[in-house]
Amino acid sequence: MTGNIAILGYGLSAIGPGIGVGLIFAAYINGVARQPEARGMLQPIAFLGMAIAEALAIFGIALAFVFKS
Amino acid sequence: MSIEAAVLPTQYEPPGTADFWIPLIGDGAWAFTRASLLALVSVGLIWWWLHATTKKKALVPSMGQMGTEAVYGFVRNGIAKDLIGSKEFLKFVPLLFSLFVFILVNNLFGVVPPFQNPTMGRIGFPIALTLVVFVVYHWVGIKKHGFVGYWKSLVPAGLPKAMVPAIFFLELITDMFTRPVTLALRLFGNMFAGHIMMILFITGGWYMLNSGGILPIFGGVTWIMTFVMTLFELLVEVLQAYVFTLLAALYIGGAVADEH
Repeated sequence: MTGNIAILGYGLSAIGPGIGVGLIFAAYINGVARQPEARGMLQPIAFLGMAIAEALAIFGIALAFVFKS
Repeated sequence: MSIEAAVLPTQYEPPGTADFWIPLIGDGAWAFTRASLLALVSVGLIWWWLHATTKKKALVPSMGQMGTEAVYGFVRNGIAKDLIGSKEFLKFVPLLFSLFVFILVNNLFGVVPPFQNPTMGRIGFPIALTLVVFVVYHWVGIKKHGFVGYWKSLVPAGLPKAMVPAIFFLELITDMFTRPVTLALRLFGNMFAGHIMMILFITGGWYMLNSGGILPIFGGVTWIMTFVMTLFELLVEVLQAYVFTLLAALYIGGAVADEH
């Protein structure tokens, strides 16, 4: 079997952000469902949270290419 | 073994970083690449769009003016006002509007047929944009609080004396390193990864269509999936332009905020 171990690292680094982004949007959908008029206020918060949680996965894919021999 | 050899052929070259390096004139560090050309084209397009839709300003707007005002209003009220605060947001609206429109048009080039290459898939462009944001948010912070006051304002007031150095160090790393790096890498990573996925689906599908056995069926499915991926890419591209502007506004807002 051949391949690059760095890509496994990317897979591992995507687990945490995947769960995190899921939790953030679950909370956002819950909030909008309970109080639809709060959508405008919740939207930037949800996307900010997503952007910050996602950073780790982005590091993962960048490093997967950096450490590709 | 024989199945593995059929499914994983050795001739197939998976896409990589080399697919984004398309020099048009010259070579090396000063080459004029396809991404540079697209950045110039995007500036021309944006100039033409803004000029054409705002030349005849009217109280009762035309369709074009209405569209431009909607985009401007979105950046002004949806991003700048919410995150910087209603007192000081107006002077940052031109910067945020330029960032948003420039990134949006360049990202959309990733899927629009004659261009089909995301400018932000080359790390240099996100770094340059991030550098602008980085300089601006430190500059306005120092201008507002003074040089010493700005570094003091990084640490929240009312902290125990023993905690101050550690928190200051953490905040310094966040401000100087984590924020600019993640800002640039997020935009780059999303555009790069999305485009690589598209290349993989298209070239992989083509390879399977030209193989023997049942592989052409999978190739056809892969090509149909490419259409779905294109729509998903469209969503990601708009979202990343929004997120970049949102975070730029958040950092500027944090720098000019009063003591909390």
